Amino acid sequence: MTGAHVVAALVALGGAGVIFELVRRRQIRDKYAVLWFVLAIGMTVVAFFPGLLAGVASFLSFTEPASALFFVALLILLMIVGHLSWEVSRLENETRVLSEELALLRLETESRPGFGEAIEDDDH
Amino acid sequence: MSSQADRPQRVLVVTPAFNEQAMVGEVVREIRTSLPTAAVVVVDDGSTDSTARRAREAGALVLSLPFNLGVGGAMRVGYRFALRRGYDAVVQVDADGQHDPREIPRLLAGLEGSDIVIGARFAGKGTHDVPGLRRWMMKRLARLVSRVAGVALTDVTSGFRAAGPQAIRVFSRTYPAEYLGDTVESLVIASKHGLIISQVPVAMRERLGGEPSQTSIRASIYALRAVAVILLSRIQTWPSPRQNPDPETAKSYGGQT
Repeated sequence: MTGAHVVAALVALGGAGVIFELVRRRQIRDKYAVLWFVLAIGMTVVAFFPGLLAGVASFLSFTEPASALFFVALLILLMIVGHLSWEVSRLENETRVLSEELALLRLETESRPGFGEAIEDDDH
Repeated sequence: MSSQADRPQRVLVVTPAFNEQAMVGEVVREIRTSLPTAAVVVVDDGSTDSTARRAREAGALVLSLPFNLGVGGAMRVGYRFALRRGYDAVVQVDADGQHDPREIPRLLAGLEGSDIVIGARFAGKGTHDVPGLRRWMMKRLARLVSRVAGVALTDVTSGFRAAGPQAIRVFSRTYPAEYLGDTVESLVIASKHGLIISQVPVAMRERLGGEPSQTSIRASIYALRAVAVILLSRIQTWPSPRQNPDPETAKSYGGQT
């Protein structure tokens, strides 16, 4: 086990720690927490058992274990970013609908008889 | 066109306005003079100036968005409002004074045979000066959209439009909020929904106030987006409101007066 493996393991465990803290403070949805935990565990395992990575690499017919690692990592990250783009699009649309509803409700409330009579003087 | 031909057509003029305090009052007054029976709603698109107050003082209803959504977002609120209050036609008139309200009756007359009527420049009426490159791009776009819509249109970027009941129903759900998607993209969506688009030639005036919303860089981005939109429209699917009215939608957007 080389220094690089130790660094990788520490980074993975540190990341898992951060996610754990976010879960504890209820700052992250559990579905993302699970995703990152699984990745952190995977990273730690690979750091401690480099032979595993070599096995996977030769199975995928990569000559370099490092290339296999980069390939898989990139693939996972791309999938996550793609998923987030989808989520953001959905959220933007939901925000838009909400703001439209707010505008419609505001007009309805303001056009009720008696609305704002008490604060009329402050307005002008 | 509708079954309630015996009652007068209820018209809603929707004016999207973003920081247009200089002109919005005058525009609203002009609309109310030309069309005394129509209701005017100004959609205040997150303005930071006194647009909403000026519009209200001029006698318009005001829908205030909490933040800027762009013309498309503002228009969808307008269409939703029209659907809920049971209006038969929506006319979009910009808040900068470019659109002459006296042309509105001609747009409305066009709704007899179609769902959307565009008040079009470059159709023989009025002299509208547009710099060469932009004019060329607008023509190319018009030809592209004409092919999608199956009807010859000369001006697909005009924001001066009238929409009938079918179009109101479609637009209250689908009007695009994307940057400048309110023009080309909305027409593409409309024709995907089987709506009939037509145009009447109008003269446009010089902007009476406010800042033009298009610079040449923005215009180029817009052209690229428009082309992407037209290409994407070939693979996008929409539920058809004509063939299968969604009961859930009918309920939540249902008529309340």
